[in-house]
Amino acid sequence: MKKEPIKVREAPAEIRVGNFEEVVKGYSEEEALLEASRCLQCKNPVCISGCPVGIDIKKFIYHITQKDYQAAYFTIREKNNFPSICGRVCPAEYQCRKTCIFTKKGFPCASEQAINIHFLECFAGDYGKNNNLGVPVEKKEEFSKFKVAVVGSGPAGLCCAGELARKGVKVDIFESLHKTGGVLRYGIPPFRLPWDVLDFEINYLKKLGVNFITNFLIGKVKTIKELFNQGYAKVFLGLGAGVPSFLGIKGENLCNIYSVNEFLTRVNLMSAYRFPEFHTPVNIGKNVLIVGGGNTAMDSARVALRLQKINGLPLNTTVIYRRTEIEMPARRLEIEHAREEGIKFEFLVQPKEFIGNEEGFVKRLVCLKAKLGEPDSSGRRRPVIIGGSEFELDCDLCVIAVGLKANQVLINATPELKTDKYSDVIVDSESMESSIKGVFAGGDIVGGEGTVIEAMGMAKKASRTIIDELSKKGEE
Amino acid sequence: MKIINKKIINDVGGVKIIQLDIASGDIASKALAGQFVMLMVNDKGERIPLTLVNTDKSRGTVSLIFQEAGFTTQSLGKLNSGDALYSLVGPLGHPTEIKRYGRVILVGGGVGIAEILPVARALKGAGNHITTILGSRNKELLILETELKSASDQIYIMTDDGSYGRKGFTTDMLKELLSKDKYDLIYSVGPIPMMKRVVLVSREYNTKILVSLNALMVDATGMCGCCRVSVFGEVKFSCVDGPDFDGAGVDWEELEKRNKVYSVQEKHICNLFSAS
Repeated sequence: MKKEPIKVREAPAEIRVGNFEEVVKGYSEEEALLEASRCLQCKNPVCISGCPVGIDIKKFIYHITQKDYQAAYFTIREKNNFPSICGRVCPAEYQCRKTCIFTKKGFPCASEQAINIHFLECFAGDYGKNNNLGVPVEKKEEFSKFKVAVVGSGPAGLCCAGELARKGVKVDIFESLHKTGGVLRYGIPPFRLPWDVLDFEINYLKKLGVNFITNFLIGKVKTIKELFNQGYAKVFLGLGAGVPSFLGIKGENLCNIYSVNEFLTRVNLMSAYRFPEFHTPVNIGKNVLIVGGGNTAMDSARVALRLQKINGLPLNTTVIYRRTEIEMPARRLEIEHAREEGIKFEFLVQPKEFIGNEEGFVKRLVCLKAKLGEPDSSGRRRPVIIGGSEFELDCDLCVIAVGLKANQVLINATPELKTDKYSDVIVDSESMESSIKGVFAGGDIVGGEGTVIEAMGMAKKASRTIIDELSKKGEE
Repeated sequence: MKIINKKIINDVGGVKIIQLDIASGDIASKALAGQFVMLMVNDKGERIPLTLVNTDKSRGTVSLIFQEAGFTTQSLGKLNSGDALYSLVGPLGHPTEIKRYGRVILVGGGVGIAEILPVARALKGAGNHITTILGSRNKELLILETELKSASDQIYIMTDDGSYGRKGFTTDMLKELLSKDKYDLIYSVGPIPMMKRVVLVSREYNTKILVSLNALMVDATGMCGCCRVSVFGEVKFSCVDGPDFDGAGVDWEELEKRNKVYSVQEKHICNLFSAS
């Protein structure tokens, strides 16, 4: 008889909406053992093909069944630098769990029966973190004479820096904000990725000798050319996709209409939910609308809801999306969590115009109803507006979460850096080298808005090329 | 990020205008007229933009001038020589386009006068004829007159109460000058109502007008859109597309409203901390 999946413990919805503590509590040892024992240890483990970095999932789960958690941790670390982070933020239901043998054929995402690989990864990752397990350091003297500049301290930058540092390369990471972590800090709320998990990884890199330089915007205070002149042998760009898209509709600049990045940055990076103890304000809505269907939409909806709860307001936050739930790009778990917490959803709704009051604050959103038409270039069915379907929603705060584009400051300052029509940096897909020799790139600045693990995959590739080239240089 | 020197430029009724010279060799070596920095006073602080008023490459310092207007500028005003800022990043934004325009009028109002100074010096250096109009509520509040005098070919002072220079608005003098002579550019920084009026006058006399905007910002690297302004109907980010814009296209009403979006919180936090 098939064993039932082990549910992960979570903070109860009515309690967790009043704070920013982590929602998913993770597996206990006993739960992890039970879940791991469900794995069939397939002869041909297709789950591995679903992992963007090819973690030996079969092997690490086997180690868990043998209670050899250290071996499980190191198995993951062979491919994934940040198991505790990825175990929390990977869209596993579209990756490894979708290719798990337990997922029904033709299902759009993982079946419930699929092994909870992400929770097991998180368990192993946290074991490593709690027991201070580092990765094996293979520092080689030959590399210590090289210095590499990593621009951006998000997932791609952190991963590339770690890979280089453990070989003995000297790495400086430049970050324009006052805190490190990039989107992991300013974007993902602490109830999904607690700061101590992120800080552990960053502190570990510091122990490896990585030097973090915050408050330093490459492209303004230093150019790429100047970095080379300063003696950096190679440069890695992990600039990220942080430029917010707007709807381009009337009234969008009214007060209390936030881009998702502004809203999340205020609350996460600047701790505006603790105003006035922290001095950055954020406004709190009574009728909050979130426009979009991705992870950032779910994050901002759940943040807005928490702000309502903390400030004693009735919970009233609605996500409006122009397609239906099936087409939503957000992780299924986030949609579930959002729903449990009381977020409302309005599907097949297209915003048309914001209407404000005298003082310039948003008051209503005029919308149109849509139906699904033929699939578009993304493969998802295109929303088609229904004529004469106009209606209004009350709205005193709105977050626009309809996508993020490549960061432009460094790109604009570097005309010789070739970009594509999305302004993403063009790289060789094997070496990850850009149009400038010795300059590599990875993460969202290359692929557009993607996942943490994809960013890491690219950063690893780049670090391999950098190491190869430095070895050759060393021999010269 | 260490404060090397603090100078109280004036102190009127307890509201001070202060200059801080801050050590930052990297910013000093790169900054150009019209650019700004973002700073945080402490680890719980807000990120606020301030225009770079002066840079000293040899000393490796940058100078900022601000009025103790809100909570963060008041906190900043409490720091002294030897203290360090928690965060300072820059130079940000596009520098002002410096070239030989010909005859230029600079119009500065209030603490915005500080932002006029680096532009005046740079434009003068590029061979322009500089006429400066400074506006202030009264004599006591006027700043940087000496510095601007040496950066200008002519200077006019206007005060609301007539306690110094001439009584009236900067735009009164602007009109007078434009009606007599032809000028090639007006550059203006000051309170929004003043800049709005300057733009109206520039339109009347068909003269090119550049303004430097002070929108609210968070990251100031183009990632949040808090500072978005409409210019000729197009949405621009002050931080990465500005801070200088063609004044003729700015939607002032929108900017004025957006700048007041946190006025309730601002009052609250000021009261709270002044009580304690």
